[in-house]
Order: sequence, then structure tokens, then C-alpha cells
Amino acid sequence: MIETINPSAPAEIKDFPGEIKQWPGGGFVLSSVDNVINWSRSNSLWPLVFGTSCCAIEMMSAASAKYDWSRFGFEVARASPRQADVIICAGTIVYKMAPVLKRLYDQMADPKYVIATGACTISGGPFFYNSYSVVRGIDHIVPVDVYIPGCPPRPEALLHALITLQKKIMLQSNSAKKEFDIRRS
Amino acid sequence: MSLLDGLVTEASAITEDEMIINIGPQHPSTHGVLHLKVKLQGETILDVEPHLGYIHRSIEKMCEASSYRNFIYLTSRMDYLSAHMNNQACSMAVEMGLQVEVPQRAKVIRILMSELTRLASHTLWWGAMGLDLGAITPFFIGFRDREEIMDIFEETCGARLTMNYNVPGGVMIDLHSNFQKRVKTFLDNFKKHLPEYDELLTGNIIFQNRTKGVGFLSTADAISFGCSGPVARGSGVSCDVRKWYPYDGYEAVEFNECIETSGDCYARYMVRMKEMVESAKILEHWIDQIPEGDFQAKTKNVIKLPKGEFYSRVETARGELGVYIISDGTANPYRIKFRSPNFSNLSALKQMAVGGKIGDLVAIMATLDLVIPDLDR
Repeated sequence: MIETINPSAPAEIKDFPGEIKQWPGGGFVLSSVDNVINWSRSNSLWPLVFGTSCCAIEMMSAASAKYDWSRFGFEVARASPRQADVIICAGTIVYKMAPVLKRLYDQMADPKYVIATGACTISGGPFFYNSYSVVRGIDHIVPVDVYIPGCPPRPEALLHALITLQKKIMLQSNSAKKEFDIRRS
Repeated sequence: MSLLDGLVTEASAITEDEMIINIGPQHPSTHGVLHLKVKLQGETILDVEPHLGYIHRSIEKMCEASSYRNFIYLTSRMDYLSAHMNNQACSMAVEMGLQVEVPQRAKVIRILMSELTRLASHTLWWGAMGLDLGAITPFFIGFRDREEIMDIFEETCGARLTMNYNVPGGVMIDLHSNFQKRVKTFLDNFKKHLPEYDELLTGNIIFQNRTKGVGFLSTADAISFGCSGPVARGSGVSCDVRKWYPYDGYEAVEFNECIETSGDCYARYMVRMKEMVESAKILEHWIDQIPEGDFQAKTKNVIKLPKGEFYSRVETARGELGVYIISDGTANPYRIKFRSPNFSNLSALKQMAVGGKIGDLVAIMATLDLVIPDLDR
């Protein structure tokens, strides 16, 4: 008979990818390592505070009480790339900023993810034509996992992107044979 | 050659007990991508050197390739926290060239939207200032009120941040039928919330110790560095464009120019707090007095300005924004120059910070309220 150890446990435990079985003298968990690792990774994504322009304000809105991204576990925004899991690249990247973005990405520990927020980071957006200094899409510099269109995208769109990233993480394989590289997934 | 060539200063330029610290371009207290090279002796600041250009998007050059209708939309991406005022300054410059009289209704709509934008900008600044000084609650309190304004914008303009509501000759569409009701509800809530603002930061002894007497800027320096907006008014300079060069119906608006004379971070903070009260008063007075009529004057589809130079200025939430257009008589501007308030305000940073501690630099940056894309354009 399968039942949870503690019926009054928080609802999140129900999303746990596995079975918790009762046994005399304790319980045991039946699951695969991949599932457990992905489950814990996807539910504690720590974003890097990286806002260059307008989209950063909408990112702040997503962190504020009305949209409240901490409901999904994204609220631990870090100022240091060493402690972050995901770059929410909020705003235009120009040629002078491009090496800084690359360096920040390189400084992050694996596994790392990139969300391209807004038209500027996807393709240059409003600055696609006639601009001499804007990088036409950050996928020229770093691999991007999720793109959000909009100028700037609404906070709901950012939440959707982060949830999409969670789903993507849940599907990835961590087995030793496959070298972990987000570019291949 | 390293990737960040130029970011690190040669060790030979400093003596043994001095050090150089690079703050930014990715640092939360710079409010964007500003890079400050700070020379320190212990904790005391000897020199500050801002490095710009990390978000230079060539907006001025792009404007030369756009028509007089289209270049306005680029300018909401400059100072995105005062997007409406940026659009307004550009529209006014084009209207000046076209010699178009803006309908009375459009003028009042512009005033209302400007003051709402100012409130939205100042509430965000207040929250960010709390964050910079180590308090996280102000951020949530500030955004609670800001989101209400964003909803009002969204209903009328269709966008939350970059509104693009101004067009040459007036505003793009008429006000939403809910506008008056929602603004009144917002004002009621905001007036109830304002005492919370004072309780959390203004009267807080830690906050006062960190801001009073910190980052002093004298009146003479504020004038000579070309500061404007709350930064200059905190040093006792009367420079409100709305008072001195009234535009778009501001001559009929009664409000007080908020001036403090002590010139420190606390003075600049108080100027903005008082401005919020004044903006709320203006809104309260004009929300019931929106005249009937057209919201847009008739203009041609393809706007061609006569040969000449046109300059308009508005008071954004950060200071005086000037738009300077040189026209050669064609459908595209020959040259556009923006006089951004942030650039001049930042130039006074060294004056304020040198001699202080590095912790004070964060407080000074917070009261400067910089928007870096406006600075770099």
C-alpha cells in the first residue's frame, strides 16, 4: 500500500517524482536519480540580477508582491554569477557589454541556463535596423534556453518563461554517458 | 588581451595602501550597467570615475533614419521610467515645427499622464533606495502602488511601461472610460499609504544616519555641473521646468516647487517625497476637470518640418530633458540631440562621493536615481 509518510506534508511533496513507501521501522523512496536531481534543480532556480534596460523593470515587477515569482522558487536573486543558476538577460546587449555577458555566463557553475527577455535580446528588436552598436540577439554570445518576446514582456510572460524552463529541466538527462551540455538538449 | 581589457587599472597608478575597486558594469547598486572605477584608501573614497557606454544603443543616430512620427517610439526606451515625458518632449518639438496647437483635452491628458508617470517613477525609486540601503520591505510597498498606476496605463495606452501614448498633435487615443474612476481609487489608496512610506524610511534612525550629511552637493556645484531635477532642487536650486518654462498647459497648474537646501542625500530624498505629494495634488485637482473635445489635432500623414532648429524641454522624474531637432526640410530629422538629465547629474558624482566612505557611494547612487539607458542613449 502506497501512502505518504506525513499526510499533512505541504502540497509540493506531492509533485515529488517518485513513490514514498511505508515500511516497518521507516519508509523508503523509490525513484530515479535523474528525476530527483531534475526535480530539485527546477524548483530552486536562482536568477542572476542582470538587468540592462527596460525589461529589468518588468523583472522587478515579477519579483514584487503582485506577481510574486517566489511562488515558483525563483526569488533568491543573486548578484554574483557564482551562486546563480539562470541568467535572465533583461535588456539590450551592446557590443561593449557583450564580453561582460559572456564572462558572467562563463563564471556560472554548471548546470546553467539563459532566458532571453524581450525583443532586444532575441534579435535586436527595435534596434535591429540602423543601429551601429547593438548585438542582434544574445544567442550570438551565449546559448539561450527560453526566448520571451515583447518590448518589454509582461511579468506574466517572464513567469511563463521560467515555468517553461522548469519543464525543460525536468526532461533533461544527467546520466554519465552523456556529457551535460545544454546546447545539445 | 583579456575579455575585459581596460576594466582593470594598472597597479602602478596607485600607491601601496590604496586600491582600485571596479563597481559594475554588473552590480545591483548601479541600477543598470554603469561601471564605476573607485580609488580607495581603506574605506575612504579618493576618486570615482564613471565609465559609460555599456548600454549605448545609438538612439540618436537611429532617429535620423526614422520619420518624425516614428522616432518618438525609440525615446520611450531611453528613460523608460518616464517614458511618457520623453514622448511628450519629442512630440512638443515636432509640434513646434509644425506650428500645431494641441487641443485643450490633450493637454490635460498629458498633464495627468505625466504626473502618474512621475508617481510611478518615484515609487520605484523609493523601493530601490530601500533595497540599496539594506531594507527589502520598501520595495514591496513601493511596487504595490506602482502596479496600480501600471494598470491604469495599460487600460488606456495598452502598454505598462513603454507607453508611446503621445503623437505629434496630441495623444494617440482617447482616455479609457474607467480612467477617472481608477485614478480616484488609486489616489485614495495612495494617500492612505503615504504615511507608511514615512514610517518605514523617512523617520527611520538608521536611514537618517546613512543619508544625513552624506554626499553633500553645494548650490554652486549643482549649477556648474548642470544638475537638474530633484538632485539640483535638493541643493537649493530652483530649476523646475514646469514652473520656469511651462509647457502643455502647466501654466494653469498650481503646485509648489519642492526645494531643500541642505544638499545631502536626505535632502534629495525629501524633495522626491514632497514631489509625490504635489503630483497627487495635481492629479486630484485635474482629474475632474478634463475638458471635452478632440484629443488630437489634425496633422498630415507624412510630417515634414520646415528648415530650422527646434528645442523643447520637459521636467521628467529625473530632471530636465531637452530635445533638439535640426531639420533640413525633409521627412527625416537631420540631427537629433537629447539633453538627458542623468548625464549631467552623474557628472556631479565625484563631487559628492570623494572624501566619503564606500558605503556612502551606494546611498549617493540611490539618491541620484540614475536610469542608465537614458544616460548612454
